[in-house]
Amino acid sequence: MDLFTIVSIILIVIMVVSAIIAAELKDLISAAIALGVMSLVVSILFFVLQAPDVAITEASIGAALSMAIIIFAIKATKRWEK
Amino acid sequence: MKRVLAAIIAILIFIVFAMAFAKVPFGDVNLEDYHYYNPITNETTQDSVPNHYLVEGKNDTGSTNIVTAVVVDYRGFDTLGEVTVLFLASTGVGALMYVEEKKKRKVKRANAVVETGAKLLFGFIILFGAYIFVHGHLTPGGGFPGGAVIASSFLLLYLAYPKFHAEHKKLNISESLAGLTFVIIGLLGLLIAGYFLYNFLPFGLPTYLFSAGVIPIIYTAIGIKVGSELTGIVDAMMGVRE
Amino acid sequence: MISYYYLGSIALIVIGIYVVISKKNLIKIIIGLDIMDTGVNLLLISVGYVRNATAPIENVPGPYVDPIPQALVLTAIVIGVSVMALALSIAIGIYRKTGTLEIDELLEVKE
Repeated sequence: MDLFTIVSIILIVIMVVSAIIAAELKDLISAAIALGVMSLVVSILFFVLQAPDVAITEASIGAALSMAIIIFAIKATKRWEK
Repeated sequence: MKRVLAAIIAILIFIVFAMAFAKVPFGDVNLEDYHYYNPITNETTQDSVPNHYLVEGKNDTGSTNIVTAVVVDYRGFDTLGEVTVLFLASTGVGALMYVEEKKKRKVKRANAVVETGAKLLFGFIILFGAYIFVHGHLTPGGGFPGGAVIASSFLLLYLAYPKFHAEHKKLNISESLAGLTFVIIGLLGLLIAGYFLYNFLPFGLPTYLFSAGVIPIIYTAIGIKVGSELTGIVDAMMGVRE
Repeated sequence: MISYYYLGSIALIVIGIYVVISKKNLIKIIIGLDIMDTGVNLLLISVGYVRNATAPIENVPGPYVDPIPQALVLTAIVIGVSVMALALSIAIGIYRKTGTLEIDELLEVKE
């Protein structure tokens, strides 16, 4: 097992666990924060797969702007899912 | 009952996808081995598409970043379609979030740390975004992440000063001029050589800033347009505040 | 033996499908759409990887990674965020008109 395999397996497990957390919480703002963590780990995985253009694009659009838009929409409606 | 049925359907889809992807090799491919077999004329070409882009890309377009050469020069028409989709989404969000004058919302003042930090950092973030899209043909990046970084600097100003409004007229003017530049460059290529989006400026030497023909001008136009549109989306979704 | 990158991205797609089918809040359904989008992009880029190769920028010699999936995914990420913005503004419009966001109660609203 070389270094590429070990780092990839750890990052993939963190990504799948935070996606399951984002799908199951009742507080919608915590679900949006878990979505932001998942986008950040996917951006690091794009960099490990030798694709720097896609990594910069996913980090700036998925982790910053997408999370901000969801939180603005939650502020205009309800916060707790019934 | 509904959750159990949904879980069974999800596990079935997982098994079908995993069986389909068990035969796809990961990482041990040689990019010179994909040959194209034409079943009508029954002949096999001696070159594959990724190998042709990797070997001939620097001589055909003049840029050292191969992903930029594919996005702007070899498949430039798809980029024009994608810019159109972003424009339609921004117009739709602006039309749906229109509200009358009596539904405003009270806001409080922000923290002193956030205000001072936003005043110091605003210019540097715009400078960094402009660096990303001007050097699109030399370093990784390009027009789309450069525009997103410029929109995040405006998002920082919205969070620090809650009564801030970007003016709609200036955003509209900059977005329309940038889109018009892209289409006019394509039409100039049609007039000069007969192809839409033909690369008609001189190539120069590779790894210099003024090289690769018409690619830096197109990426500058795309960066300004994407930044203005994402700023318009953020401004419309903040709502009306007093 | 299937590679672990493929297993991880197919798991993300299946979690997204489960959230869209069985949840009742509109904003939770839109979060599930975003998870599915991210899974598809990761699957596309991990198909084009070559071992011991470097990024496709030609100032270092050597074998390069496949550049075509990266160009397609660059477009797909920007279109994903614009579709999500349009869907969230439709959800805000529904809340302003009827006052609820669960799809059970939306079926019983009479104009």
